[in-house]
Amino acid sequence: MSKSITIDGQSIPFIDGQTIMEAATAAGIYIPHLCHHPEYTPHGSCKLCNVKVNGRVCSACTFPAMEDQEVLSNTAELINDRQKITQMLFVEGNHFCPSCEKSGNCQLQAVAYHLNMLDNYFPLFYPTRKVDASHAEILIDHNRCIFCTLCVRASQEADNKDIFAISGRGINKHLIINSTSGLLRETDIDIKDQAAHICPTGAILIKYTAYQVPIGERTYDHTEIDQVSLNLEKHGHE
Amino acid sequence: MGMNNKIRIATTSLAGCFGCHMSFLDIDERILQLAELVEFDRSPLTDIEHCTNCDIGLIEGGVCNSENVHVLREFRKNCKILVAVGACAINGGLPAMRNFITLEDCLNEAYLSGIGVENAHIPNDPELPLLLDKVRPLHEVVKIDFYLPGCPPSADVFWKFLTDIIEGREPFLPYELIHYD
Repeated sequence: MSKSITIDGQSIPFIDGQTIMEAATAAGIYIPHLCHHPEYTPHGSCKLCNVKVNGRVCSACTFPAMEDQEVLSNTAELINDRQKITQMLFVEGNHFCPSCEKSGNCQLQAVAYHLNMLDNYFPLFYPTRKVDASHAEILIDHNRCIFCTLCVRASQEADNKDIFAISGRGINKHLIINSTSGLLRETDIDIKDQAAHICPTGAILIKYTAYQVPIGERTYDHTEIDQVSLNLEKHGHE
Repeated sequence: MGMNNKIRIATTSLAGCFGCHMSFLDIDERILQLAELVEFDRSPLTDIEHCTNCDIGLIEGGVCNSENVHVLREFRKNCKILVAVGACAINGGLPAMRNFITLEDCLNEAYLSGIGVENAHIPNDPELPLLLDKVRPLHEVVKIDFYLPGCPPSADVFWKFLTDIIEGREPFLPYELIHYD
């Protein structure tokens, strides 16, 4: 007999070694996330996938599924926590959606839509951050970085390179680029690298590809991120 | 409510572009239906200069100068339900992109050293409201009761919000009506 956990009362099978996130996704249950990607080592930093496991709050993307776990995900309390976390991500950076070419295809925005987030709640921080347009084909806009480290992991794990890292702590945390000048053009990043395409926001963009999909046909214009995410899992990532 | 039991609505644009007001007017012929149920108080649509007691205040744009602060406070004082309408009211929007440049540098470039500037001179007429050092969203200045995101929010967003209020429901925007762009 297979092992199982419950998520919001529903019994879900799992195999040893699976995280709660992996077991949930395999069973067609969406748990909101931004720093999690099934192909990369879990990082557990964005905290959007916070669930209650037998009464304790844990990150579903890093916590192993084990027998007798009662997991709560879609409770009013956790949904409210997730909305507040998303609002903090928005006010900490500079996320001006109307002027961002990722708008409509952005996971940060899509998670916010999914959580029915209408406002920022917190005071806006308006940090001063730079844009690195030095590379011929790839643009880095630090204003939109949420420090999910997906580019760091993709560069190391999929591209066998080491282009990105996160440096500094707290409010001084920032994405750094592994080159003497700190500019992207002096790295060996290639437009075909996974790291160039993995960013959930508009912080890493491929130049000369903006606004090719009209409003109404973008990824999240009519389909919520839970469906997009589960479909990707079912039919494989690009 | 007004003396004829119509819901009174005031509207204004602070540091906005009037795009949200234009989008509101995109409700098209539904405005006739709306006119039976509401009446407009202070608004660019009426030319009434100051708010009286209102049920709903719709505010487009963020806060970029001292006059914006006074108008916002007047709306808060007079409106039961104050609504931040559009991206600029919610997070400062496009005008807030000056927040990364000092006010002095902004004025210098616009009026003294910028390309094509003639008769270089920073406007200093005492009637001009003083600029704030940064553009701020509405919720940092007064309590906001509801938010209509979008740049601009579509006509259907205005319609959904107003009909929810008129029919006595808690306003709710479904997925299709939530956009930040």
